Amino acid sequence: MARPIARVPATGKMKVGANIKDFLFEKTTALFALCVLGLTLLLFALLIRESLPAIRKFGVTFVTNSTWDPVLEEFAALPFLYGTLVSSFLAILIAVPLGVGSAIFINEFAPGWLKTPISFLAELLAAIPSVIYGLWGIFVLVPILRDNFMKPVSRALGWIPLFQGPVYGPSMLAAGVLLAIMVVPFILSVSREVLATVPQVQKEAVLSLGGTHWEMIRIVIGQHCIPGIFGATILGLGRALGETMAVTMVIGNRPDIVLSLFQPGYSMAAVIANEFTEATGDLYLSALVEIGLVLFLLTIVVNLAAKWILTRMVPGRAGR
Amino acid sequence: MTSIAFRRKATDRIMKALFLLSAFLVILPLFLIFFDLLWKGAKELKWSLLTDLPRPVGEPGGGIANGILGTLTVTGLAMAGGIPLAVLTGIYLAEYGKGAFASVVRFAVDLLAGVPSIILGIFGYVLWVLPMKRFSAWAGASALAMIFIPIVVRTTEEMLKTVPVSVREGALALGIERWKTTLFITVRTAAAGIITGILLAMARILGETAPLLFTALGNQFWQTGLDQPIATIPLQVFSYAISPYDDWHGKAWAGAVVLILMVLVLSTVARLLTRTRK
Repeated sequence: MARPIARVPATGKMKVGANIKDFLFEKTTALFALCVLGLTLLLFALLIRESLPAIRKFGVTFVTNSTWDPVLEEFAALPFLYGTLVSSFLAILIAVPLGVGSAIFINEFAPGWLKTPISFLAELLAAIPSVIYGLWGIFVLVPILRDNFMKPVSRALGWIPLFQGPVYGPSMLAAGVLLAIMVVPFILSVSREVLATVPQVQKEAVLSLGGTHWEMIRIVIGQHCIPGIFGATILGLGRALGETMAVTMVIGNRPDIVLSLFQPGYSMAAVIANEFTEATGDLYLSALVEIGLVLFLLTIVVNLAAKWILTRMVPGRAGR
Repeated sequence: MTSIAFRRKATDRIMKALFLLSAFLVILPLFLIFFDLLWKGAKELKWSLLTDLPRPVGEPGGGIANGILGTLTVTGLAMAGGIPLAVLTGIYLAEYGKGAFASVVRFAVDLLAGVPSIILGIFGYVLWVLPMKRFSAWAGASALAMIFIPIVVRTTEEMLKTVPVSVREGALALGIERWKTTLFITVRTAAAGIITGILLAMARILGETAPLLFTALGNQFWQTGLDQPIATIPLQVFSYAISPYDDWHGKAWAGAVVLILMVLVLSTVARLLTRTRK
């Protein structure tokens, strides 16, 4: 029954040529890896080199002052930093409950036949180019928000600083809502992965003690998933911070720091997008690149934090 | 039934309804966007859209033919540079990447993947436009390549790692050299996954606007060379959308329909590739 074991032909010694080819192949791939590393370093180096004039001229005041005056060559990035942070936080505030809620729905409640279509549609949402979100934002979302939400709220609650001032349409709120729609798919998919790491026995334990579905979710998520969901949130934040086109098209592009969400704002990515080609003068260009550098560092810190949280705190989830 | 039991049951129902509602709200914009694209783009969706150059405001007709060609050109250039770099880097990381150098490369790729695309536009600008004093397809393509590379490196590495070690051992045991094993057996086994990654990355850079604003710049006419400004569909959609003219708004919607069709076809093909393999 047993097949005869194949006899290994005795070849005297190992071929040397094979080793050299293997060596060359490995080193070639390593060289390409080195190129990718080099490109990343080059990006960083170029950003620093080009923003040096602005860094020398303005120093720390670049991120603490709020005058942006190309004519007088006074540049400071605070309004843009403010706009980026506020619109992104607003987006996260809207997107996290929706993303986590629908992740729970898909993983825990949705009937089998509904799971794939919903997650497919959410993936599709992530694949739409941001310029199309912007287009839709300008012509559909902004008018809807303006007429059905901002105007009535401004009439009723206009005395609250958050809703003060005339209603134009393009605003911090519009940017926040549009960003929320764009980052929800990411929060959704990471949340689903996080939820999937919960051991089935723990869920069953709660149910067997007579807990309702909701109590099971509350207890299990409270026990297991909070760090992971926090990681998903930070990941979504990283996405929102750097988003350019959609924000540029609906945020209103006015470099003021105003508390009201109904007023136009400006973001770091948007000012680079709008003014880069018009930047006359080296200092103007350098200031725009420095905004890019600040944004670059900000997203790096946020993304690394998300990665750290997700790899450290969520057991059973591959870090990526 | 005690009131506590009732309250627990009611909370359960309400929370379930809220979860359902949130899933509905997440998906809703997708339908709204597709509906509006077709509704508002339909008027301008004519054959001439695909074959004609843009016309000035007021003149009827005109299309985005130069943008379609430009998008394919810039995307093609970015991929021509990006695929070898990214796939070989992915092979290195998966097959040989154990030491400190590999961790550094992996870290760099992770960083690159998170960089906002507008910043890669600055990269293209500083690298090409500043020294050449001219906006160009090269500048746009190198910005797009920087988005393309980290996505493909990651998928290549992941896909290669799904190939069982026994496959490699089997090949090596047959006396096949290691480099041949890697190229013709391991990579071959993971090919569908790698190609899927490439197509998804392609779909991603196809729709990018921000990195092209001040690199490729856009062009009203046919492209004349790779060292010249070049039109792309996303750039056209953007400039039509922010223009004050109604018929240009129509063009923006129609352009968006063309763009999203390209993206959808690519992602569907990509998905089918991996599905049939499973």
